[in-house]
Amino acid sequence: MNVDYHLSRTRESSLLARVGRQQWLLVLRRAARTRRGMFGLIIMLFIALIAALGPLFAPHSSTSFVTSSFSAPSAAYPFGGDDLGRDVLSRVLDGGWVLLLMAIGATAFGVIFGAAVGVSAAYLRGRIDGVLMRAVDIILAFPQLVFALLLVSIIGPKLWLIVLAVGFSHIPAVARVLRSASLDVSERDYVKYAEMQGFSRVGVMFKEILPNLISPLMVETGLRLTYSIVVMAGLEFLGFGQPPPAPNWGSMISENQIGLSANPWAVIVPALLIALLTIGTNTYTDAVARVALGVERKPEEAVLLENVAVGESTGSL
Amino acid sequence: MSRLVDDEALSNQVVDGKVRLQVKDLGLCLSGSGEDVVSDVSFSVSAGEVLGLVGESGSGKTTLALALLGYTKRGIDIVRGEILLDGANLLGMSPAELRSNRGRRVAYVPQDPAMALNPALRIGTQLREAMQVHKDFTGDVGERLAEIIADTRLANEGDLLQRYPHQLSGGQQQRVGLAMAFACRPGLIVLDEPTTGLDVTTQRHVLTTVRELCSSYGVAAVYVSHDLAVVRGLVSTVAVMYAGRVIELGPTQAVFNQPTHPYTRGLLAAVPSLDRAEVLRGITGQPPRPGRRPKGCSFAARCPLALPVCGEEEPVPTLVGGRLVRCFRAGEERVDLNEKKVVAPAQEPHESAPMLAVRTLNASYGSSQVLFDVNLNVGRAACLAVVGESGSGKTTLARCLVGLNSNWSGEIKFNGEELVAGCRNRPKNLLRKVQYIFQNPYSALNPRKTIGQIIGQPLEQIPDLLYSERSQRVVQVLEDVSLGADFMSRLPDQLSGGERQRVAIARALVVDPELLVCDEVTSSLDVSAQAIIVELLRKLQVERGLGMVFITHNLALVRSIAQSVVVLNQGHIVEAGDVDKVLSHPTDPYTSRLMADAPRLNQPI
Repeated sequence: MNVDYHLSRTRESSLLARVGRQQWLLVLRRAARTRRGMFGLIIMLFIALIAALGPLFAPHSSTSFVTSSFSAPSAAYPFGGDDLGRDVLSRVLDGGWVLLLMAIGATAFGVIFGAAVGVSAAYLRGRIDGVLMRAVDIILAFPQLVFALLLVSIIGPKLWLIVLAVGFSHIPAVARVLRSASLDVSERDYVKYAEMQGFSRVGVMFKEILPNLISPLMVETGLRLTYSIVVMAGLEFLGFGQPPPAPNWGSMISENQIGLSANPWAVIVPALLIALLTIGTNTYTDAVARVALGVERKPEEAVLLENVAVGESTGSL
Repeated sequence: MSRLVDDEALSNQVVDGKVRLQVKDLGLCLSGSGEDVVSDVSFSVSAGEVLGLVGESGSGKTTLALALLGYTKRGIDIVRGEILLDGANLLGMSPAELRSNRGRRVAYVPQDPAMALNPALRIGTQLREAMQVHKDFTGDVGERLAEIIADTRLANEGDLLQRYPHQLSGGQQQRVGLAMAFACRPGLIVLDEPTTGLDVTTQRHVLTTVRELCSSYGVAAVYVSHDLAVVRGLVSTVAVMYAGRVIELGPTQAVFNQPTHPYTRGLLAAVPSLDRAEVLRGITGQPPRPGRRPKGCSFAARCPLALPVCGEEEPVPTLVGGRLVRCFRAGEERVDLNEKKVVAPAQEPHESAPMLAVRTLNASYGSSQVLFDVNLNVGRAACLAVVGESGSGKTTLARCLVGLNSNWSGEIKFNGEELVAGCRNRPKNLLRKVQYIFQNPYSALNPRKTIGQIIGQPLEQIPDLLYSERSQRVVQVLEDVSLGADFMSRLPDQLSGGERQRVAIARALVVDPELLVCDEVTSSLDVSAQAIIVELLRKLQVERGLGMVFITHNLALVRSIAQSVVVLNQGHIVEAGDVDKVLSHPTDPYTSRLMADAPRLNQPI
């Protein structure tokens, strides 16, 4: 943490002006340049690439019985066979994209609605704040996985329902974080000024408040994505999700656990992929959070460099 | 061309007491890059003397003041020099030695005592702690406590020692801060703008106490301030800082009566006077940041007297007329900079019907009533100043006018039209006519938008305005506030406080308002930036025929900008009328007291 770093940051701020509103891209890029961020991003992208492009490279059909049940790895079947004699490699390559898409969908749902709840509660205050946040507290009372299970067991294991259920269970966390972040922003004078110009409440929230919440939004998105992956895989493991014989990393673990001694790869490989994906996402998010924090909070010497009034008492920076 | 002198020569000249603090060639740099923050500082302070350290924000005065305690903020290192306190070099001490010296031999009085006192501990506990923490403190703590309480004039405050910081007024808190600093009878005390947040009367009393304590304890004191009038009244020697260097150092009388460095002259020309209406002149441009200091004299780029040599070589301190000045032209005959403060032309009073009329306004903030039966008028192209101390209700008044406070009864009429409570209930064209400029320019601009977007924003509410026309108007107002079109793509972060405030004014002007409500718009700015803003507002008032409500606690500013004034005390208007009449011959005791207590450039406290 030396001053060189801050100096380079102040130099970058002129670049920032040109980038304008794309400041969030800059944060992502700067996070990727840190050691932690690069490590996380590489793992994350690598696993995501396997999930996305895997189906194109699967040597066999993921649902046909090509070898014997729990057969040991061989040249033709590098990870051996699964419980029904299907090729583990093909199933692994084919079994990630649905999981990933569902996790992304649930995250998007949770972050969008969570942000909407949090920002409106903070900005509108009063009764709306009370109603929204108590509703959020009620959702929070259910453990995330149990809540998703509850919905799925009532309505049935439909994929869209799982996405909605998991996304819904993200709302409390996102709403709380964004509410506290926007409480501070809502009190700023530029928000008051927009009100005085006759801008609608929704307009103020979108144009004045939201752009100042980019950092917490990015961090929350990353965190929720990690959780979504874990919960989705967990639901699959429990048997709620894609119906058999479709391959899925989560369900592969539960299907093949009885043959753990005969062909451990059928369990280890999907488990490892899920673990790496969550570790990668989480590590990169962590790096983003650190960079974003540095951007929002100016250390004293940066303030000095930028010649901000020393006597300023409001601490608005 | 100039006579070189070392600091000894000056010390002999201005100091007759025993020298307690001696600073020699002190230099501070940013760690890592090694860019200099403060350099080449030498001065001495004798027992009982107060040295004033003045300069605009970013000049390095606080950094220097902290360095005198052997302390630096993170990222800054002391790289050169000596700080000798009674002969012992503070900079040669180990961290442990330094720690035991802090509070004991060197002490600090912070700007905001409310932040420096622990809210969870009683005052008595904190004062005792200040002494007990030093193992070498000899003497009876209780006895000393009673003594220091008496010395700081807190003895009559009853059960003060049993109270918590939040139960004290601002003035009392600052006295406790003083008591803590003086408790161990230190040799050096650094006071960092200790009266900035206080009302004039409290400020005057605290300053009197500071001066008495410094002389009776024989302490060497360094008083940091941006308020030139306060420094003028308090200190015997003044050091003016610019871009990390002391550019003028000498006896207060000499420096203030006959400033020599062009920067000092510029600063003094920017200070408004309490006694007559003056044209204020700010210094244009910005001080260079650490690491971007130009070759030669740092002030050359803004200096009206700059010579080619100023951009090449750095001037060395020269002894001129009893003070040290860093300027190549210091020895020359005085060049007239036209800072002769012209009396501002008095505006013709407009006898037409008032643009803004407020009748029997009663307003509350939360559950407590803060304004009582307020009546006032603002004419076209006229400026009404609203003055009062903190808590007088002046900001609430502004917020009622612009619709940010809906908790009021009474009548506000603008051009005969009723202004209802709450900005959401007012028609949009009426909203545009009355514009508000916030006190704090750091919070008034959205940090995620460019200046062009910020100024263009109110135009979005005007239907059928073409995009090209919109950007044209933005460019036009940027010119009007003398910023220029190249500011369009910048972000607020890249602007100084004064520039931000000008952007806020531009944003208000872009919709062609008729009334500007300015709420303490210069209180967070340096005196030079303040002068520029005030002159800008005055110019706009004349050119555009703007009506203005100018809210301030600074009586001197009222002289420079307003034609009429109302004085608010605890929510009541105690006096109203022509500025000249009210300020020169106040009839209300409250106004007289404000006038008497306000620090002046030409008179000691």
